[in-house]
Amino acid sequence: MGNGTSIGRVRGLGSAKGGVHHWLLQRFTAIGNLLSVLFLIVSLVLLPDYSYGTMVEWIARPVPAVAMILLVVTTFWHARLGLQVLVEDYLHDHANKFAAIAALNLAACGGIAFGVFCIVRIALGAHA
Amino acid sequence: MTLPQARGFVSAMANAGTKNRPLSPHLQIWKWGPHMFVSILHRVTGDGMAFAGLAVLLWWLGALAGGPASYATFTWAMTTPIGYLVLVGISWAFFSHMASGIRHFFLDVGAGFELQANRLWSILCPVLGVVLTVAFWALLLLR
Repeated sequence: MGNGTSIGRVRGLGSAKGGVHHWLLQRFTAIGNLLSVLFLIVSLVLLPDYSYGTMVEWIARPVPAVAMILLVVTTFWHARLGLQVLVEDYLHDHANKFAAIAALNLAACGGIAFGVFCIVRIALGAHA
Repeated sequence: MTLPQARGFVSAMANAGTKNRPLSPHLQIWKWGPHMFVSILHRVTGDGMAFAGLAVLLWWLGALAGGPASYATFTWAMTTPIGYLVLVGISWAFFSHMASGIRHFFLDVGAGFELQANRLWSILCPVLGVVLTVAFWALLLLR
């Protein structure tokens, strides 16, 4: 960003061009969260107890296992988009902002990988 | 125009619009209204769940995958007073965020911007969040 010509001073300060995409994904993942978390809440209300055997038997079944995998993906994705807005609103230094977004991407991908792996491990009977 | 004058003119043009520009008024000058509260609550509950909610979710899944001993540690932690506080807090954050999130869907299509309607739903969303949280825990504990 130069301080000479008018165009030089405003270059790079405009829209990021990806705003609509980010906004739409926030909505799509919100719908995913609504459906998958309500599935979890209704399941928790209907389950007879929360013992290890009951929980594992429930989450190992195909539909709950797939629903929980989708829940992990959609909630982490939505949280990643939401926290990006938080970072962009409150971190103004470019280097700090870049570092925070980079850490956020690693944490979100790591969270999804760990959650999905745990569910697959239970569903395929590799636990205990 | 002499050369120094011309330089001064170009410099003034380059800085035009960067000094003494009117600033957007910030939080403190506005009279507080429920729409401001529900907006801030949406961010706080969302970002709160992003940290606490997803951490508990991963702990729960990891404990289940780890076997009965690790699940016993998880259930012990979650049934301590602090554990219950965290779980009730996460469920409240979810229901509040869900209510204000559905409000956002209506605002997205251009509905609910009339002063009375906007005020009404800004008040109802946090109330609905608390009511749904109480109903959820009543269903869990009283069945």
